[in-house]
Amino acid sequence: MIDKTLNWVDDRLGIAKGGRTFVDKIFPDHWSFMLGEIALYSFVILLGTGVFLTLYYIPSGHEIVYHGSYIPLRGQHVSEAYASSVDLSFDVRTGLLMRQAHHWAADIFLGAIAVHMARVFFTGAFRKPREFNWIVGTLMLILGIVNGFLGYSLPDDLVSGTGIRIAYSIIESIPLVGSYLGFFLFGGNFPGTGIILERFYIIHVLIVPAIIVGLLAAHLGLLVKQKHTQFPGKGKTEHNVVGSPMFPTFIAKTTGFLFMSSAVIFGLGGFAQINPIWQFGQYQPYQISYAVQPDWYMGWLDGALRIMPSWEWVGWGHTIPLEVFLPAVVFPGLIFNILIVWPFIESIYTKDHRYHNLLDRPRDRPKRTAAGAAMLTLLGAVFFASSTDVMANFFQLPLIDVLWFFRFFVPLAPIVAYYITFKICHEMIAAEGIGKRKRALVVSRSTEGAYSTVESDVRPGDDHEELEAIPVPTFIDTTDPELATAAGVRRVIR
Amino acid sequence: MSDQNPKNNGSQPPATLDDPHLQPATKNPERMETLAAVAIVIGMLGFVAFIWAYWVDANTQWQAAALTVGMLGLGAGTIAWGKYLMPQGPFVEERHDFHSSDAERESFNAAITGRGGLEVKRRGLLLSLFAAGGGIMTMALLIPGVRSLGPKPAAAADTQAPTDNSLFTTNWKKGAKLVTVGGREVKVDDLQVGGILTVFPQGHEGSSPDQVVLIRLQQFGQVEKMVPPGRKDWTVAGYVAYSKLCTHLGCPVGLYQEKTEQLVCPCHQSIFNVNAGAVPEFGPAPRPLPQLPITVDSSGQILADGGFNQAVGPGFWERP
Repeated sequence: MIDKTLNWVDDRLGIAKGGRTFVDKIFPDHWSFMLGEIALYSFVILLGTGVFLTLYYIPSGHEIVYHGSYIPLRGQHVSEAYASSVDLSFDVRTGLLMRQAHHWAADIFLGAIAVHMARVFFTGAFRKPREFNWIVGTLMLILGIVNGFLGYSLPDDLVSGTGIRIAYSIIESIPLVGSYLGFFLFGGNFPGTGIILERFYIIHVLIVPAIIVGLLAAHLGLLVKQKHTQFPGKGKTEHNVVGSPMFPTFIAKTTGFLFMSSAVIFGLGGFAQINPIWQFGQYQPYQISYAVQPDWYMGWLDGALRIMPSWEWVGWGHTIPLEVFLPAVVFPGLIFNILIVWPFIESIYTKDHRYHNLLDRPRDRPKRTAAGAAMLTLLGAVFFASSTDVMANFFQLPLIDVLWFFRFFVPLAPIVAYYITFKICHEMIAAEGIGKRKRALVVSRSTEGAYSTVESDVRPGDDHEELEAIPVPTFIDTTDPELATAAGVRRVIR
Repeated sequence: MSDQNPKNNGSQPPATLDDPHLQPATKNPERMETLAAVAIVIGMLGFVAFIWAYWVDANTQWQAAALTVGMLGLGAGTIAWGKYLMPQGPFVEERHDFHSSDAERESFNAAITGRGGLEVKRRGLLLSLFAAGGGIMTMALLIPGVRSLGPKPAAAADTQAPTDNSLFTTNWKKGAKLVTVGGREVKVDDLQVGGILTVFPQGHEGSSPDQVVLIRLQQFGQVEKMVPPGRKDWTVAGYVAYSKLCTHLGCPVGLYQEKTEQLVCPCHQSIFNVNAGAVPEFGPAPRPLPQLPITVDSSGQILADGGFNQAVGPGFWERP
């Protein structure tokens, strides 16, 4: 039956030859290769839950009176966007689950991208020939952050409206064109003509996701074309890939993993409350709540804004709000540009233009590892700086002291992190056999009283044994029947 | 999982059960098959429970629990199937460098660089013109695409521009009555010392650029020592009024600490001293909150004694 179907398709599309290569594609069996899969599957869930949400959400700033089932809000004047988001949570069955799962999926999506990217960076997987894919991935990270911001702005609640206000002021801070850009995007001075939700909506549900889908296709296409990298090990060389075949082993495991990721996201969506907009209330431009923090992936930008000194530049009849422009426009611009050009910087610096399919151990590249650690420390430090008010409250310290601490901590911590990481890498390179279990030493005394020391026998687990890899030819020469029958994957029979 | 199809061209000699490549648990395949099957059945039950939870409109937690069990079961079963009952490597696949052979490169490059059709002298000219044409076309299409989105910001000189179209104007005029967001007129006796109220010019309640904080610092008289020189007439009966838009990013400066007489912006913790003309004492805000001159009429109604003397809110390029 399956044979017949495959033949029917092959008669029309000729899938057999390329298809065999495709199902033989090898996926390395290392846990760190799952990180990108988490991002992929959260994106799948984002699309699914997102489609559900679009059916009920109304992107409109039009004011109506709320009559839904959330009693404290009844009779209040709210926007249609806010009312429909609250209705979605309380009056649409499974609506709250879908909404919260969507929000959690977005947070996990960006978290998985960040960790996946760190793995790729620290192991040198971005090197030739994979620079394209590094750039495509970075673009998806940027678009993911943008779309996350647009998405949590849509409910028009007090917290997200404050975020939109801040975004408007950041756009306004751009020299020369800032106020024009702000007026065009919002249809006038903030809060504009109420058109901003419609614009954010179409960008959030159509334009950015469409670009991400395109980039995702390119990301996976490049991965198939260029094949995976792999960690060094027995039988692993620059000229092969060792692991499990796409079909059936990898497909089974990864499909199972899709379900596992979904389980976690829907579990969080049902049990861990996120963004309870009915508690925040409708956005009003003159109202604000205490301890307003954005979603985690925006925290680093918020923190940078907080610790920046008030350096507004005024002269020749013009103002450049450097206290906004530098931390909110120049800083992220620099970070993303450094990320994008890093593979080229590194190959110029190391004069290394060879192909690299075997991954580095981070310790073996102390400078790169230290640079990555410094970058993560910088971003982590500004991230924590975004909760200065919460920390001041929690530790019972004056807010000003906490801010001053971060003004020094943010620039200094990365330097310290670079130095420490660099030293640790060097020490680890110098230490022989690090990471292996030490053999027990057996001390014995002879009848004459002399002591001798011998290493104990090798016990299981002392050395990590790797198995011999079995060849799976990717290209079957069908003109040679012997080769055709000898090739293939193993199957368990009983 | 037996596969004894003799026509299977892709099969190697089957692995025996003592093959070191197999997971130890695969030594008993029946057991593993049962395990995977049980997990999938649990998953199915979870999904059925989800349908039930939906049907009876059970609360979100029940729905999530059912769905989670469903996906965990299905996922665990599929992974067990893949891990214990499918071919386990490591398998190896060869790979080759991506670049083409020198001959292929040469012929490709020659096709790109050498296929000029007729030999013309000014091929470079056509190319530059084509690029310029494409660039102008892009501009031509982009300009309406961007420009149609919104109005042009009004210039600073246009003091009559509506607030929707200008970053410089507000609706505060001489004689505008101070009202609450609900439209209630604010009288001189409304606040006690230390009291604070968000007010708007009558007829513009709730408007973003017009929001003002009215604070009563003293019981009577002018509070000239608490405002910059030259502004002693801007206060009345111990009241001062400042724009509520933070000069950093335009958040409402909503936290008033009565003890220290400081206004704190909850967004990025800029601190303004209302005791000294709302100058920023700490944080990223660069400028004092613009002050609104106020006065009182014979009925005790507080009025604006003029508009703001500068643009309110965060900085921007056209701000002088």
